[in-house]
Amino acid sequence: MRGLAFSKRNDLEVLRDPLNLFFGVGFPIVLLLLLTAIQANIPVSMFEIQHLAPGIVVFGLSFMTLFSATLIAKDRGSSFLQRLYTTPLTAADFILGYLLPILPMCLAQSALCYGAAVLLGLKVTVHMALAILFTLPIALLFVSLGLLCGSILTDRQVGGICGALLTNLTAWLSGIWFDLRLVGGAFQKVANFLPFVHAVEMERAVLQGDYAAVFPHIWWVAGYAIAVTAIAICAFLRQMRRQ
Amino acid sequence: MDAIQTLGLTKQYKDVTAVDSLNLTVRQGELLSLLGVNGAGKTTTIKMLTGLTRPTAGDAFLNGKSILTERGAVKEMIAVSPQETAVAPNLTVQENLELMAGVHGLPKAQAMDRIAVLQDRFGLGAVAGKRAGKLSGGWQRRLSIAMALISSPQILFLDEPTLGLDVLARADLWDMIRSLKGKMTVILTTHYLEEAEALSDRVAILKGGRLLVTGTPEEIKRCAGTDKFDEAFVRIVKEGQP
Repeated sequence: MRGLAFSKRNDLEVLRDPLNLFFGVGFPIVLLLLLTAIQANIPVSMFEIQHLAPGIVVFGLSFMTLFSATLIAKDRGSSFLQRLYTTPLTAADFILGYLLPILPMCLAQSALCYGAAVLLGLKVTVHMALAILFTLPIALLFVSLGLLCGSILTDRQVGGICGALLTNLTAWLSGIWFDLRLVGGAFQKVANFLPFVHAVEMERAVLQGDYAAVFPHIWWVAGYAIAVTAIAICAFLRQMRRQ
Repeated sequence: MDAIQTLGLTKQYKDVTAVDSLNLTVRQGELLSLLGVNGAGKTTTIKMLTGLTRPTAGDAFLNGKSILTERGAVKEMIAVSPQETAVAPNLTVQENLELMAGVHGLPKAQAMDRIAVLQDRFGLGAVAGKRAGKLSGGWQRRLSIAMALISSPQILFLDEPTLGLDVLARADLWDMIRSLKGKMTVILTTHYLEEAEALSDRVAILKGGRLLVTGTPEEIKRCAGTDKFDEAFVRIVKEGQP
């Protein structure tokens, strides 16, 4: 009950920020439209809608880190959290209150992206519903990254690290815009060691109904999600003690 | 029973002793102002009493509950209005009050009654649907205090409640704070000496983490041999003892 009140507040804070709506929903859909238009004029297999849509879904989810981290960093900076630390809310209420409300937003964002992709020619299949469900571990990874960054950075730093650096890392090292094998070498090795390309490959496999191809990507994504969540919880508890 | 009793309360940060063996008693229903220049230890004292930071030594009892061993019970009886206006900017005034009622676990019907009472008392009804971030500084401060009062706390901590407000907004808040006297114990920190003199039942002056003197504003003036409160404060702080 107490944690629910806090979750509801976080939900409203994120949803009522027009910039969040633009970057969370508008920007990925604009990208889909733009790249589909390019594909119509200069056919590139990377930008075929069944290939492109899962990548855009993952790229869109990377903005959730920014939203989550900004909310937490601003709360820390404005003494709002200090006020709440003097109430009967527990550490678990805070952590769940920051993590859980963003997850349904991630599902809604993915559904909207796939919905837009359907309007652009993607076939509606039962696999699409599962692809939306499979975004959950990816969403947990990005939202936990938000909890981590929000716990250790100021809201200005969050803008740079989560808004610019992370979204670019996700974009360049995920194989959304180009085949990583074209670059190869250390670049490909680094990309394969990070979770972003695995998130995209997992989504592509699920959308195509090729469930065998989900492995080993899901292990990479789940492993990173669990590890980042654990580190984020420790970082949050540490800053809570410091307050 | 006293509302607050601190026994050798101490906070040490590496080489700096922020609060040094503080022994202070606050009576039930009293409004006590903590005064001191920057670094005197006011905020650290409040942070320890509200459970935000753990004392290095000593203990404090709020209505008989230890801040070391009964933190849950202490949190149930206190409320804080921080120095910076701590409101949720994208939530409306009504939603901010509902949030605080929710985190204190008030049942829905009781929460709505309490919100109606506070909106009436603080004149917040007219701006109930407005987002908190769009309110002026004075209105945000009103909301911040109303949020602290939602749980009907037994002890209220007001950290610099009128900092940065214009004369009229400050006068309004003074009236509100006066209206709380006797209903709950209030600990106020302020840099405005006239505010402490006008509102306080008693004043405690801190310097370098140590308590220099406690007493009513009249007693403090008498003690320092002057009839002006600000002069008395300066003398006491400069001399380091009354």
